[in-house]
Amino acid sequence: MRPDGPSARPHSPAGHPGITERTVDVLVVGGGPAGLTAARRLAAAGAGRVEVLDREREPGGIPRHCFHGGFGARDPRHLVPGPLHGPEYARRLAADALSAGAALRTSVTATGWAGPRTLEITGPGGIERVTARAVVLATGARERPRAARLIPGTRPAGVLTTGELQQAVHLHGRRIGSRAVVVGADAIAHNAVLTLRAAGVETVALVSSRPPLPVPLSLSLPRPRRPVTVLHRTTVTELVGHGRLTGVRLRHEDGRTAVVACDTVVFTGDWIPDHELARRGGIPLDPGTRGPAVDTAYRTAEPGVFAVGNLLHGVERAGIAAEEGRVAAGQVLRHLAGEPWPGPGLPVRVGAPLLWAAPNRVHPGGPPPLYGRFILRTARPLALPRLTVSQDGRILYRRRPPLPALPGRPVHLGSGWTSAADPAGGALLITV
Amino acid sequence: MIRVRVTTAGPLPGATYDVVVVGAGVVGSAIARELARHRLRTALVDARDDVGDGTSKANTAILHTGFDAVPGSLESRLVREGRHLLAAYAAETGIPVEPLGALLVAWDREQLDALPALAAKAERNGYHEAAIIGPDEVYRREPRLGPGALGALDVPGESVICPWTTTLAYATQAVRGGVELHLNCRVENIADDGEHHELTTGRGPLRTRHLINAAGLHADELDRRLGRDDFTVTPRRGQLIVFDKLARPLVNHILLPVPTALGKGVLVSPTVYGNVMLGPTAEDLDDKRATNSTEEGLRALLSQGERIMPELVAEEITTVYAGLRSATEHEDYRIRAHPAQRSLTVGGIRSTGLTASMAIAAHVMDLLPETGLALGPARELEPIRMPNIGEAFPRPYQRPELIAADPAYGTLVCHCERVSLGEIRDALTATVPACSADGLRRRTRARGGRCQGFYCGPAVDDLLDTAAAERGAPGTVTR
Ligand SMILES: Cc1cc2nc3c(=O)[nH]c(=O)nc-3n(C[C@H](O)[C@H](O)[C@H](O)COP(=O)(O)OP(=O)(O)OC[C@H]3O[C@@H](n4cnc5c(N)ncnc54)[C@H](O)[C@@H]3O)c2cc1C
Ligand SMILES: Cc1cc2nc3c(=O)[nH]c(=O)nc-3n(C[C@H](O)[C@H](O)[C@H](O)COP(=O)(O)OP(=O)(O)OC[C@H]3O[C@@H](n4cnc5c(N)ncnc54)[C@H](O)[C@@H]3O)c2cc1C
Repeated sequence: MRPDGPSARPHSPAGHPGITERTVDVLVVGGGPAGLTAARRLAAAGAGRVEVLDREREPGGIPRHCFHGGFGARDPRHLVPGPLHGPEYARRLAADALSAGAALRTSVTATGWAGPRTLEITGPGGIERVTARAVVLATGARERPRAARLIPGTRPAGVLTTGELQQAVHLHGRRIGSRAVVVGADAIAHNAVLTLRAAGVETVALVSSRPPLPVPLSLSLPRPRRPVTVLHRTTVTELVGHGRLTGVRLRHEDGRTAVVACDTVVFTGDWIPDHELARRGGIPLDPGTRGPAVDTAYRTAEPGVFAVGNLLHGVERAGIAAEEGRVAAGQVLRHLAGEPWPGPGLPVRVGAPLLWAAPNRVHPGGPPPLYGRFILRTARPLALPRLTVSQDGRILYRRRPPLPALPGRPVHLGSGWTSAADPAGGALLITV
Repeated sequence: MIRVRVTTAGPLPGATYDVVVVGAGVVGSAIARELARHRLRTALVDARDDVGDGTSKANTAILHTGFDAVPGSLESRLVREGRHLLAAYAAETGIPVEPLGALLVAWDREQLDALPALAAKAERNGYHEAAIIGPDEVYRREPRLGPGALGALDVPGESVICPWTTTLAYATQAVRGGVELHLNCRVENIADDGEHHELTTGRGPLRTRHLINAAGLHADELDRRLGRDDFTVTPRRGQLIVFDKLARPLVNHILLPVPTALGKGVLVSPTVYGNVMLGPTAEDLDDKRATNSTEEGLRALLSQGERIMPELVAEEITTVYAGLRSATEHEDYRIRAHPAQRSLTVGGIRSTGLTASMAIAAHVMDLLPETGLALGPARELEPIRMPNIGEAFPRPYQRPELIAADPAYGTLVCHCERVSLGEIRDALTATVPACSADGLRRRTRARGGRCQGFYCGPAVDDLLDTAAAERGAPGTVTR
């Protein structure tokens, strides 16, 4: 995709020769499902110059390298995987944003802030400062690599994340290895197995610290033609090998350990929002999600700055990220039309074993979140959880969701209680 | 015209060298750079595929003042001198340095009581700026410090430096000055016919009149091949945790531990790349390859870090590594000329070798004539300028004039570290080129950031393979 030309009459800020300054109406940082969908609606609604930046050469975000089906909306609530292949989905999102009139600029990185709604960006065309009336952050999430999970051992070659594996195999046609251990047992881990197989790598085992999923839920996992061994209640405690990985040491909950020979290990899942730009802009994060704290209109604490997609929650399906972009675009339009930026609102906190909630700020009487529900995560399985929302000890809501709550999977909480919250009261607390 | 020569494979030149330096760590490379001033045929050889791939790549990267050295020791003098030499050299060549100053924070009575003696020791080491400060001043300067700090010794002269660029700068200048660099070249045996050393290496024989042993952890083994048994190296492992760049604003100084009878403690320090590191451990081992991290080691670091700066420990971890110090039974460097063997050994360069490297090299040049080597007149070396990978100076992605001249400097490949295609291209075709993913990371930081390759890994690997193919070397496998 060719970078667009800069808008009319660019100029250099005083004291910064060579840096171009311009203005746009909406600047969307990140051209994944969330950012592209927001831009599409904004451009279609006539929001003025709507520009999407992406640091990769092609727009589309993560789906660019997910060479499997399961993308796009089939069910509006995304309970069932969609029909499209990742790259096809990415291309459609980009084409739709373009034809709606958004400008797509690739190979351009937002590197920092030069003002509250002014971003500094670098690309082959130079350095620019772009000031927008509204900024939408949609920078996505990444998987925690080995070191961030504090897995000791040597530092050999052959240690990957799913993101790197998919790109290496599908976009770069690289050789991977011959025997792999995959860390994780979620859908993403099963996708990694398929990618490994496509690259001619045998998966020795999937390793998960969790107990097996109940059978009905495990049926929703992508199933390989030949089944792979899943070692449950097991963790990787050491990487072995100089130069190239030769094995991983595993430890079962019961204390047994063993070294499994392999030349490749893939760390899957364990997401962390890519919040660098948000933090560098001084935008407060939610302590649970580690993404920017946003209200149900996807507004951050910084006037004019919105955040959507997996930057808010690591991770949801692409369709959810995209829908958030679409819903947020409606709020961006209201902001552009002059709706005042509200105060920070009430923080939404969770109690253990819940890990986080998104969105995580509430204005009583404000708009409902996407699909009228909050997304939660739990650290351990809960067979029949009873979700309770309280404020200063007063119970606002109590209900059992129809499904068990499982780690790594969304747990949903209805949003009907938000209007009952006291705007002058304390934090809203979600417990089980 | 100067002959620029770096080899990584194939047979070695048959000619006889005047001097061979074994070990292209920071010390051997600094020595080779000094030798390049003289009309000598010199080779620098290393077992690894890059310079600085041993202990020199894995340390805490502090340019020490030497305030806490053993007064009167050779180490004390060479650290003191080396610090000034390297600071000046860094300014001239563009090696990233940040003069942050250090605080030795006392967390209990015993540590507080140890500060006056440390201040006195600094004086005896010729360092006069150290001063004791009270808790209010400590918290004013380091507001994010955990509770309970009782005071500190302020050592304003301590800096952080880039260890990778330092070794690379020495080696680059040596090679440009005519030194031949042979990598993947482990010296396995040495036969001395009284006039020549015939070295057996993994790449065939190599003949030299004089030999300098700068083999770091393996200096004792190499010495034994020469028939000398002056010391034994015991690797002392130091594990380190590197935190995300977003933690950098938490820390202003190098926060050093106060050494006491109970132990040495760990430091918290910014790096020139804008990260914050926590470590190192100190574990005496016997395996010289044990550069692995351990569960206990990392757990110990985190629990000490929790006390020093709780907010730091809550940040994301970017990477973990371990280095091995060349500890010996002697409490000082072991730098000795051996006239009978026409050789010189640089051993026991334990935990200050980066700082002292240029002074060690100067000291070696003073001793070399004792081995019968006539150095002859010295000439000035062509100045060099190294690519900047430090955060305190503008990086290429921040320089509009550079991008305007060559858009490759505005084309970012590694997003977390903001490394451009232009920088990667430069590193792959440099005088001492990057031949591996690790070598490229040490020259550019590519793949060294928080995602560890999630976004950019395969793109970087492709660039490495293309460069290798152009050089005629086999490709690398995706890491
Ligand atoms: C292996 C794998 C398999 C998956 N399978 C499925 C599936 O089958 N079905 C499904 O629905 N979902 C799936 N998902 C999840 C889906 O890919 C994500 O939910 C979706 O991509 C999130 O969209 P996003 O726009 O929030 O972020 P991303 O897709 O991550 O996009 C973020 C974009 O921001 C850009 N960016 C970041 N920082 C900057 C900056 N500073 N400057 C410029 N650009 C920047 C990035 O380059 C990137 O393009 C899968 C994910 C993975 C990793
Ligand atoms: C945890 C830790 C923290 C430290 N912190 C600091 C600090 O803050 N400041 C400071 O100044 N110093 C510090 N140091 C010390 C510093 O890193 C070392 O003193 C210095 O790197 C030693 O350099 P060297 O060249 O002697 O050794 P090395 O870098 O180990 O180089 C020796 C080289 O010899 C090669 N070699 C060995 N045997 C053979 C053979 N037979 N044939 C061919 N090649 C061979 C090896 O491959 C290696 O590259 C620290 C060290 C550690 C471990």
